[in-house]
Amino acid sequence: MDLLEIRHMKKGFDGLGVLEDISLSVGKGEVVSVIGPSGSGKSTLLRCATMLEKMDGGELKYMGEAAAWEENGRCVYAGKQKLKEIRKYFGLVFQNFNLFPHYTVMKNIIDAPVSVDKVPLKEAQERAMKLLGQLGLADKKDAYPYQLSGGQQQRVSIARALALQPKILFFDEPTSALDPELTGEVLKVIKELAREHMTMIIVTHEMQFARELSDRIIFMEQGVIRMQGKPEEVFGSQDERVREFIGKFTS
Amino acid sequence: MNLATVFLQLIKGMGVTIEIFFLTLLFSLPLGLVLSFGRMSRRKPVQGLSKFYISVMRGTPLMLQLIVVYFAPFYVFGMRISAGYRFTAVILAFALNYAAYFAEIYRAGIESMPVGQYEAAKVLGYGRAQAFCKIILPQVIKRILPPVTNETITLVKDTSLAFVLAEAEMFTIAKQIAAKETSVMPLMAAGLFYYIFNLAVAGFMEYLEKRLDYYR
Ligand SMILES: Nc1ncnc2c1ncn2[C@@H]1O[C@H](COP(=O)(O)OP(=O)(O)OP(=O)(O)O)[C@@H](O)[C@H]1O
Ligand SMILES: [Mg+2]
Repeated sequence: MDLLEIRHMKKGFDGLGVLEDISLSVGKGEVVSVIGPSGSGKSTLLRCATMLEKMDGGELKYMGEAAAWEENGRCVYAGKQKLKEIRKYFGLVFQNFNLFPHYTVMKNIIDAPVSVDKVPLKEAQERAMKLLGQLGLADKKDAYPYQLSGGQQQRVSIARALALQPKILFFDEPTSALDPELTGEVLKVIKELAREHMTMIIVTHEMQFARELSDRIIFMEQGVIRMQGKPEEVFGSQDERVREFIGKFTS
Repeated sequence: MNLATVFLQLIKGMGVTIEIFFLTLLFSLPLGLVLSFGRMSRRKPVQGLSKFYISVMRGTPLMLQLIVVYFAPFYVFGMRISAGYRFTAVILAFALNYAAYFAEIYRAGIESMPVGQYEAAKVLGYGRAQAFCKIILPQVIKRILPPVTNETITLVKDTSLAFVLAEAEMFTIAKQIAAKETSVMPLMAAGLFYYIFNLAVAGFMEYLEKRLDYYR
């Protein structure tokens, strides 16, 4: 069964089509990278998939459970309770982290498990310490976000997402807000997750990284998936647009 | 009348002043938050009504509002105004007025919050109320502390407006003594009281700001 299933997703802003007709399935353990020029709708796709944005049409399913579907040409969402359950299946890592500045690193990580999922405090803390250890941040547990470098903040935000034990993790350009010398430490963490067969969908401009790590690469352009396939297929594509785009980043 | 008796009488008035001050804050701070929700509501009638209320409360003199609130039961409902109502009217008018100012401060604070904070909370599964109380409001409080300090300092001085209803707060008493003794000394003493009160208020707000200084 596919973890995530998107069918004919459509989204526009003020009548302007941004996603035209996106269909996409992601299986367990799969790592999918989404690339494409600016404005092609990559973030919008992620925001619709994570329900930060309501889609105008199409179908969205996690673990076979429908979050949204079409009825009489209109897109309807499941009830509040159902959506709450479905939200547990995924996590999202933002480009600019969005850590909670008034909470320590530890509190950032344990607060949602404790106050949303009702995980016992002890257990949540143990889970958090384990994650912080894995991400090389054990000594930062009492720091506040402003005391951390961008790379450290992004790793904390990854830990925060993982603490809820999602089945699938989305990343929207997780290294774009970072200085080049900090990019590596975040990419390393994502690679580590891939090795542990975490299911991930990553929007990125890091071509080399996407190529090494992904099981599949999706190339988006003007709101449609122009091409998708194994990294070697996409990077070796004869499609003019794909070649031109990749050329820009690997020259 | 010597200095000591003047001070003694003034201190009694000061008690009332302090009472007006704290009761006004007690009611207007939460009421202002509710009002700011109304002002930011997506429901047009609620938003319009809140906006109108705020503009009237901020656009007319507080002294006039005090008088209206005090005499309204009689002129509008033909009720007899009991002696006990005077103090209630003072608090009611102050709370209704200051809620309007606080509502706008809350609104500015809430609207200045980056949308990413709401989105992060939503994706992590927080409900709307939970996200507001745990994530948004604490940060908003830190942001609005300076304008709230301004408003609070103004409130200390505004309590003197209660003299129009002859409420026995400090300024009313100072004026009475000054008239009887034909001396400005009681008024100067009252001024000193307000000043010291405000030093304390400013000191406390500074302390709060320091307390919230642990993050940026
Ligand atoms: N909230 C919004 N309101 C109006 N238009 C929007 C909104 N969000 C996105 N858009 C528009 O949708 C289009 C796709 O935007 P999107 O952010 O998904 O692109 P992207 O592929 O993520 O680009 P980038 O690589 O620059 O991040 C753009 O033309 C953008 O202007
Ligand atoms: Mg984007």
